[in-house]
Amino acid sequence: MAILVNKNTRVLTQGITGATGQFHTRACKEYGTRMVAGVTPGKGGTSFEGIPIFNTVWDAVAAMKIDSSVIYVPPSFAADAIMEAVDGGIELAVCITEGVPINDMVRVKRYLEGKKSRLLGPNCPGVITPGECKMGIMPGHIHRAGHIGVVSRSGTLTYEAVDQLTGLGLGQSTCVGIGGDPVYGLGFVDVLKLFNEDPETHAVVMIGEIGGSAEEEAAVWIKANMKKPVVGFVAGQTAPAGKRMGHAGAIISGGKGTAQEKMAALKAAGVRMAPSPAEIGATMKQVLESAR
Amino acid sequence: MNIHEYQAKEILRRFGVPVPRGHLAVTPEEAGAIARELGGACVVKAQIHAGGRGKAGGIKLAANPQAAEAKAAELLGNKLVTYQTGPQGRIVRRLLVEEGLDIERELYLGVVLDRSASRPSLIASSEGGVEIEEVARKNPEKISRESIDPAVGWLPFQGRRLAYRLGARHEQVAAVVALVQGLVRAFVELDCSLAEINPLVTTRDGKFVALDAKMNFDNNALYRQPEVLSLRDLDEEDPREIEASRFGLSYISLEGNIGCLVNGAGLAMATMDIIKLHGGEPANFLDVGGGATREKVTEAFKILLSDQRVRGVLVNIFGGIMRCDIIAQGIVEAAREIDIRVPMVVRLQGTNVELGKRILGESGLAIIPAETMAEAAEKIVKAVQGKMQNAN
Repeated sequence: MAILVNKNTRVLTQGITGATGQFHTRACKEYGTRMVAGVTPGKGGTSFEGIPIFNTVWDAVAAMKIDSSVIYVPPSFAADAIMEAVDGGIELAVCITEGVPINDMVRVKRYLEGKKSRLLGPNCPGVITPGECKMGIMPGHIHRAGHIGVVSRSGTLTYEAVDQLTGLGLGQSTCVGIGGDPVYGLGFVDVLKLFNEDPETHAVVMIGEIGGSAEEEAAVWIKANMKKPVVGFVAGQTAPAGKRMGHAGAIISGGKGTAQEKMAALKAAGVRMAPSPAEIGATMKQVLESAR
Repeated sequence: MNIHEYQAKEILRRFGVPVPRGHLAVTPEEAGAIARELGGACVVKAQIHAGGRGKAGGIKLAANPQAAEAKAAELLGNKLVTYQTGPQGRIVRRLLVEEGLDIERELYLGVVLDRSASRPSLIASSEGGVEIEEVARKNPEKISRESIDPAVGWLPFQGRRLAYRLGARHEQVAAVVALVQGLVRAFVELDCSLAEINPLVTTRDGKFVALDAKMNFDNNALYRQPEVLSLRDLDEEDPREIEASRFGLSYISLEGNIGCLVNGAGLAMATMDIIKLHGGEPANFLDVGGGATREKVTEAFKILLSDQRVRGVLVNIFGGIMRCDIIAQGIVEAAREIDIRVPMVVRLQGTNVELGKRILGESGLAIIPAETMAEAAEKIVKAVQGKMQNAN
């Protein structure tokens, strides 16, 4: 089961001939993901590692069955690539690219309205269902198949949490990076809904960070709907106001979006907050043991 | 990226937003000359990238050109400390000398990104001159919002609705509609992340004028806004942050004494948090990014060690794409190039971790290794505090 992607997911790479696209397409293929096609305008008719390349998404979906697309194209072309995937009827587009202009994403979100496609990212590590499908840039070897769902705004902090879980023998159903930008596709609530309905997922780790109000909105939803235990962490408790902390979306502005506010909201919604980023796995283990 | 008030006003004027007459002055003599041109009485405003200038004495009224020159001399070259600058303050290098206005009412107008709605939103308030967050808390009924649909853009009826809510009289509505439209156009066309007029004032002769203006820009879009980029004032930025951005590193100066070098923004923030949890204070946020090279790691070390307050360094790397051996080589090279005299704790995890540890072990460097984040934080805090006790 798991969510979003599984062993049957047939994946397209947009931007397959760039250095990043090549490196990660190869790594995902080695992991066992069904990398079935690539798109780079002007390179149609050629191939990479035996994967056929097309000029347009339209050509690719006309030639073969494709479920999902992973996007590595440069920031100035990323929004167009996402909309091309959506137009091609791709079920899930995952945009890894960092640095996409916010205005471009505002237009993408508007374009997505009423369409059946889902978007993950941009500026995210992607999504992985361990042992089945890796779509993105996360190191595959730290993951292990199991029953913990992971959803996060971060990249490497997610790897840290996954590594802790795996080290404690807690495998993952699916790990989803929603990205560090202020305007993005699937959010915490969308992913939590999927985990809530997925029988393979028994509990969820949710990792937030400063900026915006996505964690507060998730807290409201969790309190009203979540049937499974959630362990949380919010990065940036020591971050100063008004400074962008690496991620475009990680900024406390007008006194809003602090880690303290977010942690309080999640705690009030019944989320068990990890006392430190080094204890995300241990907190999950405690929660599962006390539930038994 | 931020710009100065005088630059924001020049932009707004171009987009049809009425602003007071005025010019930039960098010497007292220039300020006096501008005052004469304006007809004598004027306002002298310090230009720094921080709010709270009025209360801090950075905005002065002058009755005549002589007074303008004297006030300018008081401000130029001196530090201005506001609640947003921190105790170190900012040196005033530029002044905006402007005509004084006969003010009737102060309002607020701003365009920001509404993250929950994924689109820009125009916020207006009949109460201006104070922080909009404060109004939102105390008098939320005074605030109006208009969402901007990217498919059709700002619509004239939204402008009319807003004008009436702000108390515009029939004969003023057209001017307010044009003003708001100009602000929204500037926000969208120039890739702003904030475009704020606070206060927007009404004058006794019935005009609406932007008395102050603030614009911030989306860094991701600067590549297509060369004109905006040319307005960047490096004097207003932390020199280490400028240096870091030249190498594609993300660095933010903080108040503590433990330097951090981490890959990934989330992990970097979490590393700062865990230092604090163990009783230490981080000196910086530093994300070397996913594709760091040895050169980048070396530069990162140079930048964080150039902060004289740094008494210890914590390296926390979770290698995904970034291989631990590359980081280890970077550390060894940096140590060869620069004399690292403070204790350094290194925690490597992930891809090629064993090779990375071997490179560090064989380097002969005095590195304190750590297996986990918690252990790393504990060790660096202990090392720094121990060192400070020895020094006493």
